[in-house]
Amino acid sequence: MAKLIFNIWRTGEAGGHFQKYEAVISEGMVVLDAVHQIQAEQANDLAVRWNCKAGKCGSCSAEINGRPKLMCMTRLDDMPADKPITIQPMKAFPVIKDLVTDVSRNYRLKKKIKKFKPRPPDAPDGTWRMYQSDIDRVQEFRKCIECFLCQDVCHVIREHHLHEEFSGPRHMVYTAALEMHPLDVEDRRKDLKETDGIGFCNITKCCTTVCPENITITDNAIIPLKERVADRFYDPLMKLLSIFGKK
Amino acid sequence: MGYETFTYDVLVIGSGGAGLRAAIEASAAGVTVGVVCRSLLGKAHTVMAEGGVAAALGNVDDRDGWKVHFTDTMRGGQYMNNWRMAELHAKEAPDRVKELEAWGAVFDRTEDGRILQRNFGGHKYPRLAHVGDRTGLEMIRTLQDHGIHQGMDVYQEYTIISLLKQGERVVGAFGYDREKGLFKVFQAKAVIIATGGMGRIYKISSNSWDCTGGGISIAYHAGAELIDMEFVQFHPTGMVWPPSVRGLLITEGVRGEGGVLRNIEGRRFMFDDIPDLYKAQTSTDEEEGWRYTQGDKNAKRPPELLTRDHVARCIRREVKAGRGTPHGGVYLDIAWIKEKIPNAAEHIKRKLPSMYHQFKELAGVDITKEPMEVGPTTHYIMGGVKVDADSQMTSVPGLFATGECAAGLHGANRLGGNSLSDLLVFGKRAGEYAARYAKEQGAVAVDENQINEIAAWALAPFERGSAGENPFALQDELQEMMQDLVGIVRNENDLIMAQDKLKALESRVAHVGCTGNRGYNPGWHTAMELKHMLTVAQAIAISARERKESRGGHFREDYPDKSTEFSNVNMTLKKGDTGQIEIRQIPKPEVRHDLKQIIEEMK
Repeated sequence: MAKLIFNIWRTGEAGGHFQKYEAVISEGMVVLDAVHQIQAEQANDLAVRWNCKAGKCGSCSAEINGRPKLMCMTRLDDMPADKPITIQPMKAFPVIKDLVTDVSRNYRLKKKIKKFKPRPPDAPDGTWRMYQSDIDRVQEFRKCIECFLCQDVCHVIREHHLHEEFSGPRHMVYTAALEMHPLDVEDRRKDLKETDGIGFCNITKCCTTVCPENITITDNAIIPLKERVADRFYDPLMKLLSIFGKK
Repeated sequence: MGYETFTYDVLVIGSGGAGLRAAIEASAAGVTVGVVCRSLLGKAHTVMAEGGVAAALGNVDDRDGWKVHFTDTMRGGQYMNNWRMAELHAKEAPDRVKELEAWGAVFDRTEDGRILQRNFGGHKYPRLAHVGDRTGLEMIRTLQDHGIHQGMDVYQEYTIISLLKQGERVVGAFGYDREKGLFKVFQAKAVIIATGGMGRIYKISSNSWDCTGGGISIAYHAGAELIDMEFVQFHPTGMVWPPSVRGLLITEGVRGEGGVLRNIEGRRFMFDDIPDLYKAQTSTDEEEGWRYTQGDKNAKRPPELLTRDHVARCIRREVKAGRGTPHGGVYLDIAWIKEKIPNAAEHIKRKLPSMYHQFKELAGVDITKEPMEVGPTTHYIMGGVKVDADSQMTSVPGLFATGECAAGLHGANRLGGNSLSDLLVFGKRAGEYAARYAKEQGAVAVDENQINEIAAWALAPFERGSAGENPFALQDELQEMMQDLVGIVRNENDLIMAQDKLKALESRVAHVGCTGNRGYNPGWHTAMELKHMLTVAQAIAISARERKESRGGHFREDYPDKSTEFSNVNMTLKKGDTGQIEIRQIPKPEVRHDLKQIIEEMK
């Protein structure tokens, strides 16, 4: 059995520090297993948020050796064995304790996005007809497990702290899922431009890189939304029509 | 003792599918609603559900209807089900699923644009509406995204540790917020418990962190009756390797899509033992079984799609007989379908994306090329809080229970897909009836003495500090013990030993200690949780010992057959005056005449 060194962020009176722990590793273990082992044997009060340990709930987001990842889906045998493994909380969110961050901002942002509004049902029994080819794209967005790693890695939020100005990749994906839903008749383009700050995204695709669900956030969600916003507000013909419309 | 107080007409404890559906319904009825989530919103165990939600929509096979679904549910539950719940469930599930679509859910489609349905164990026709193998995520997200606009207040990362009573009636709940560790009191005219299952009291489990049986325990300690606690479902296909993911679920959808079970000799052992109850509808021919999975309406289903209790026991039998895989499971093979269909690898990835992902990432296995190693895992409890079928009210006034923590619908064994429909049908009903109850009641008051007593108990582990027992070590011992002695195969000696060990653990839990401060302290949380885990473990052990027969999820090697004596009773538990569990055998209610006829006709 191999022993590995873990440097885990612990909060304290004066901010926090990396605390060194040693853990015995067995085959197939993931980072979250090691954190649990340390918690059970060495530090009962070590705070970590987790639920499913199967990559389905998106609770255990953290930065492992500096990379935003789910702790439950990061295998230890994929990490360099000769170096300590560093685990710290997501940087773009305020820390509550140790590895746990305050992600409540995301829930507030989501609530502000206009909810799903379907067209009247297609059939007398109150149901709709949609074809698989029409929903493939939306189903990709709906795979999102709300781990918020995309929010964490987005430099607009992480480096420039534009929390209020830019809603971030998760909320772009959510809006895209609504806007491209075959049944939805709501128009969210004005909000995308004015309150969600879609213009702040300069398509560096970091969000796509870290997404554990492999959602092509930038190409499939954000860029098409940018195009829709552009069509609505910057199309010359539309512009002319809207000017005449006002008169 | 300082605490903050919130007041609602209806308090919902739990924010999985059942809790959210209940909260939506209660809000729609115009009462004030508070929802307490143990974790973050949208992370509850429902998110892990894979295969689908069962509803007789008849989109894929128009021979389906509520009567067939009702009969399948009763047969699957070995007729231990509450027939009225099974009736309501079968009748109302289609509307509840269609409603999700109106709220934005995007299910996979049939060629003519309707909701697609797939085959699952014990369901006569393709019945499970689904989204690949992530149906639970679709469902919880739909309820969450719809729910947040309905006016309910959501308390994330709050834990309820006790209910509060005024006389015989439940009038609120006491708990704490994880972030700061501060006490919170909820006053409510009606309380709905929707806290899910208890898989985490076993070592090998498919369940999420939350599933410790907490809601079942607080209801029991508030005086509510529990029934059918011996009926625990061990899902046949959990991962067995590597050790760190042991127990992780592999959806029954794999078998629904044509996956087969083989032992180390390559034999499809499920053909070796087909129970009498299912002989008429199960194929004895491999080729016919395959045709069934591909939608041939004239083919009978392959034995891999027999009920979960039976498949789990067959797997255990193969392993015990030395015909298991190197890591103590059997093979589940979906890759073989490449002999049958073109582009099989793509088809598998599209139909079972998270299974593909899960095996690739966590086990280094490509399921489009190699078989999976699988074995039974603790998955679900059919038993729980006894409720009135129509209203979901428990035996305690003001207290409702719904979803997995409530009992009755599934009898001795649950069919796959019937859990997600259970959450919707009975979540809605609980919300509706709790709101109605709340409207009929005057203001309630909570009792300061009760609160002080619970608060003192909650803080005691800090006083013992590091001198006390380690909560994680105790939890581990409990899980190991339940796995060994109250697992998939039980006998009298093991159950007696289990009860002794539980007693010993109980006295050690009274000395559990924790260190650090109250803010986000998992040691403290676990220290309190142990009481509830023990309560549920004791309830399972005592019921399992009392039922001296084998039926559904409950298998006794010392009483391997069904017995008529036990076929008509539910094991019913209640907290006695001295604090001990009292067990009684209560006769099952007689099935209504017309429903009996339906069961007979469809035999």
